[in-house]
Amino acid sequence: MEQPPAGGLTFAMASQSEGAPKRPGTADPPWVRRTLIAIMLVFLLLFLFLPVIAVFAEALKNGIAAYIAAIVDPEALAAIRLTLMTAAIAVPLNVTFGVAASWAIARFDFPGKQLLLTLIDIPFSVSPVIAGMLFVLLLGVRAPLGGWLADHNIRIIFAEPGIVLATIFVTFPLAARELIPIMQAVGSEEEEAAVVLGAGGWQMFFRVTLPNVKWGLLYGMVLCNARAMGEFGAVSVVSGHIRGHTNTMPLYVEILYNDYQFAAAFAVSSLLTLLAIATLIAKYFLERRAVPVKREQDDMAAKIAA
Amino acid sequence: MSIELRNISKKFGDFVAVDNINLHIETGELVALLGLSGSGKTTLLRIIAGLETPDAGEVLFHGEDASAVSVRQRKVGFVFQHYALFRHMTVFENVAFGLRVLPRRARPAEDVIERRVHELLKLVQLDFLADRYPSQLSGGQRQRVALARTLAVEPKVLLLDEPFGALDAKVRQELRRWLRRLHDEIKITSVFVTHDQEEALELANRVVVMNQGRIEQIGTAEEVYHHPANAFVYNFLGNVNLFHGRIENGRVFLGDTAVELDNTHAHAHPETGKAVLYVRPHLLEIVLRPNGKQTFPATVKSINPAGPQVKVELVAEWGDMVQVEISHDRYHTLHLETGAHVFLKPKEQKLFVYQI
Repeated sequence: MEQPPAGGLTFAMASQSEGAPKRPGTADPPWVRRTLIAIMLVFLLLFLFLPVIAVFAEALKNGIAAYIAAIVDPEALAAIRLTLMTAAIAVPLNVTFGVAASWAIARFDFPGKQLLLTLIDIPFSVSPVIAGMLFVLLLGVRAPLGGWLADHNIRIIFAEPGIVLATIFVTFPLAARELIPIMQAVGSEEEEAAVVLGAGGWQMFFRVTLPNVKWGLLYGMVLCNARAMGEFGAVSVVSGHIRGHTNTMPLYVEILYNDYQFAAAFAVSSLLTLLAIATLIAKYFLERRAVPVKREQDDMAAKIAA
Repeated sequence: MSIELRNISKKFGDFVAVDNINLHIETGELVALLGLSGSGKTTLLRIIAGLETPDAGEVLFHGEDASAVSVRQRKVGFVFQHYALFRHMTVFENVAFGLRVLPRRARPAEDVIERRVHELLKLVQLDFLADRYPSQLSGGQRQRVALARTLAVEPKVLLLDEPFGALDAKVRQELRRWLRRLHDEIKITSVFVTHDQEEALELANRVVVMNQGRIEQIGTAEEVYHHPANAFVYNFLGNVNLFHGRIENGRVFLGDTAVELDNTHAHAHPETGKAVLYVRPHLLEIVLRPNGKQTFPATVKSINPAGPQVKVELVAEWGDMVQVEISHDRYHTLHLETGAHVFLKPKEQKLFVYQI
């Protein structure tokens, strides 16, 4: 194997004799770059692009008419409706909680702050299935609380409220986790300045605090939405799989798949895939708009100051 | 608007930041709170602004208790050390902020806001930057925008927390003079915090020297510099040499040298007679011959002729390092060289002696 000579000068001369442009001293040799890029591309192809193409290929295997039929099936529509509703409830609650928690943690010192930080992470560390089980044990008909609810004709487990609850639980930390480091980096000086200038609490929040964290918050919302719509484990345990009533899209996909209705399963899957792609595109454009060069510099300055 | 602080105290955990402070600031005054970091000066400023609540004591604005008045209603302007400009707003929007958050009844019309903001930006000579974002400005420009933003709400009191602390020396000087002129023009009661004695002495009508949460002295620049109340103030305001000696019959002995004293601050320890002598570098003379008991011998260690005065570092016969500043003329007549044996003569009337 031919090794390039160790001396930088000799190397520079060699590359010049080939007519190649000089490369800066900090750049890696071309073969390193090419190998790394190649490895990354192979991974992307195997684990991302191929599966996505496979989903659409399978979904459209029986033709476009069958694809549409699978989606406008009443049970499929019910699953889509339930999924959208769950996300519509979970995301705003998550945002509210995330802003409140990150505000409290970034701005105030109080006993138990570390404990709160740890507690926020629990949904990440607990398996979603166990989270679902927890709700069944707590609110199922045999549990005291669940029994009381059943006596009053309130159904939570094996009904829509249970699904929403389980989804809220698993998405719980997403917005807060995005916001806490941003709020800490931004600091409270601008907020103090706003108050001294005569801003009220809400004015300060909407004119100063929120604009400073809005892109982090949006990113948290996007993550939360994706997780809320795609959650399987916890929702599966509390749903009871009642067709047309308590099936979300991921659950419905599983049922179709178990019934050997592969084309229909992939058709509904393709909707979830489209959602994921749309999420990514939205995130890409939002970030591009949000982070022009000046903001990047500013954030850097803020980090250095912090 | 006058400000009165009565028995203000503030603790953070076990740390006493402000310890029973009383201070009266007249309408239209420009007062400096001068001290080292941790002396409580910033905490005191934040208490005046209402950003901190004192554990004890009262803040009176114009003779009225302001303790129950919220920050947003105090009508104070606060300028932060690191500017605290709203990073997502243009310079124009930053300055307009205070007007835009006014209650709807009091809020001026858009064209009035626009006129007022441009007026203020002209005042700070930055009108041409109205559409820029804070991150596109230099430090000095940011601080001027912060001042314009503060002045937009027509505060009754202007509070500045180390306003020039994050700027380089040249810009700092310029802004200092500019602030002085601005204050002469608009006569707003102002308090600024600084650890830079030169800044305090140059800018303020009165200087409040603080140390460990207490006030050591309040006075004009002239008073605190030439008539320091105690050793801390003398030591803090400018370079000093420290000599350990003793006092006997109104004379200070440094080794074998005796210096005549007519200083009212000459207090020796009642039993040992020990005292610390503080002498500024420019209050020592270098002579080539001894003059009885009024001089003491020293050896020249280094000479730095760069600057308006020549800085000479010497070692006294008892081993203390001594700094002396002499004029260039004197330096040339003396023909000083490193290693030369010379004699030092205190210009006695400006000595400061303190018991230990």
